[in-house]
Amino acid sequence: MSSMQFGIFTVGDLTVDPTDGSLPTENEKLKALVAIAKKVEDIGGDVFAVGEHHDSGFVPPSISTLHAFIAAQTKRLILSTSIAHITTNDPVKIAEDYATLQHLSDGRVDLVLGRGNTAQVYPWFGKDPSKGVELTIENYQLLRRLWDEDVVNWEGRFRTPLQGFTSIPRPLDGVAPFVWHGSIRTPEVAEIAAYYGDGYFANNIFWPKEHYIRLINFYRQRYEHYGHGTQEQAIVGLGGQFFMRKNSQDAVNEFRPYFDNAPVYGHGPSLEDFQAQTPLTVGSPQEVIEKTLSFADFFGDYQRQMFLIDHAGLPLKTVLEQLDLLGEILPTLRAEFDARRPAGVPDAPTHANRLAAKQAATTTEGSQS
Amino acid sequence: MTAIVAISSGLSESSSTRRLADRLVESVGRQFGDASIELVSLRELAHDIVDATLLGFASPRLQDVLDKVGAADGLVVVTPIYKASYPGLFKSFIDALDADAVIGKPVLLAATGGTARHSLAIDHTLRPLFAYLQALVVPTGVFASTHDWGSEGAQALEQRIDRAAGELTSLLKGAGTGRSRDDEFDLFSDTFLSISQGPKAPGSDA
Repeated sequence: MSSMQFGIFTVGDLTVDPTDGSLPTENEKLKALVAIAKKVEDIGGDVFAVGEHHDSGFVPPSISTLHAFIAAQTKRLILSTSIAHITTNDPVKIAEDYATLQHLSDGRVDLVLGRGNTAQVYPWFGKDPSKGVELTIENYQLLRRLWDEDVVNWEGRFRTPLQGFTSIPRPLDGVAPFVWHGSIRTPEVAEIAAYYGDGYFANNIFWPKEHYIRLINFYRQRYEHYGHGTQEQAIVGLGGQFFMRKNSQDAVNEFRPYFDNAPVYGHGPSLEDFQAQTPLTVGSPQEVIEKTLSFADFFGDYQRQMFLIDHAGLPLKTVLEQLDLLGEILPTLRAEFDARRPAGVPDAPTHANRLAAKQAATTTEGSQS
Repeated sequence: MTAIVAISSGLSESSSTRRLADRLVESVGRQFGDASIELVSLRELAHDIVDATLLGFASPRLQDVLDKVGAADGLVVVTPIYKASYPGLFKSFIDALDADAVIGKPVLLAATGGTARHSLAIDHTLRPLFAYLQALVVPTGVFASTHDWGSEGAQALEQRIDRAAGELTSLLKGAGTGRSRDDEFDLFSDTFLSISQGPKAPGSDA
């Protein structure tokens, strides 16, 4: 594995295919997510992430269940979230579910935590939508302690107190799943990531790059402020999206009806304008390579690149074709990113390298005493 | 000495409008330092204001207030919102002012209402009125609903009060409003501080 990770993230939306009016069933879509995940491993990808949704029109409310099923059918793939809700889930249940998944998958799990994007979800779980930021802060403080401390006494504003509580199973090898914090507008979330020395993930899909540069630079500065390393050593993940065909014009022609009717940006800007203003690339493999490599110029050298390709009603067959094409350019992307990467920029976090770092730190402490 | 006049048009003796005016006066006084601040309650001038509307001239004690407003360096204006706008008494008082009474003066606008649904009334009714009068209105309007006086909203209201009062103070001292969009990430807000300093919940053993 190279120093950078590449993967696919999806929110598992049920969207009508605008070219033929078909709509997958929930069963078909859940099975499609499994097929996509296995394909990501087959093409040499590193990460598959699913975004938690509880609204009808989406299929992944129970990510750890889905990921356990995928973990049983894969060998190398890291399973992640995009994002999991730190606001509406009980931190105790997050700690238990993802530690269980971590053991079953032999450490192939990390988490991108975030607030979630729709206010109506909060009351479904007994939470107040106006308290999103406060819930994010308090719940993460608790989750951190549940994984890092064997016995926790805790009292907060948003859940019942804990007395002498031990969250089980304990993290694999004493190393909790790595946590990224994802946000597209809340600086407090970048502050949380910086304070704990965790990763920061910017989905980098909807808006011009300047918006994300501001948040990522803020995270990098605060990461250094809290003494975890230099700004360049902060752990950054980015999203992106592409639609690729060998011939650029074929990609544009095939993707246009999906773009024009997409739930998020459809019936808005033209494909050409949106492509010029955001990280979306619709074109040839070479164009996708060039655009993706440019991200490091704007955001600094980073650790993880995720792509959105399963959306807008694209059929599973097309998504799998896109993954074949991604597999063809992955060696180039890895080599080019590694070539430009200065020494001192850390590798993407894995269970293996974090365990090694922990053991090295323990050895150092032992030899000093 | 810098003279600031605060006008409260709350219509009951101990109104939330008067409470908001008191809080704003306190904050301006604290942030400005050496200023003379006088708080005027329109309730006590209600009959004089109606009389002035009918007669076309002000009673001596109303004229005294109108003169103070005209001579003030800055104003704090607080009114309840009734039926989507300020009450008639408040407008009648404004009608009694000379046309040029507040031209170029820094003015802080604040209002109270039953629910947060009225909060844009400051921007939709008070700002146009003071734009017509050619006042220099500070960017932050302070709206307080019933909810804001409870424990849940009190902290946010306190922050809005201090921010608006700070803007008025800076304008009066010739330093603009003292804010720019780069201040958006307020690293010293309670929310931000709670990340690095841990929860403040009682009984926390952090």
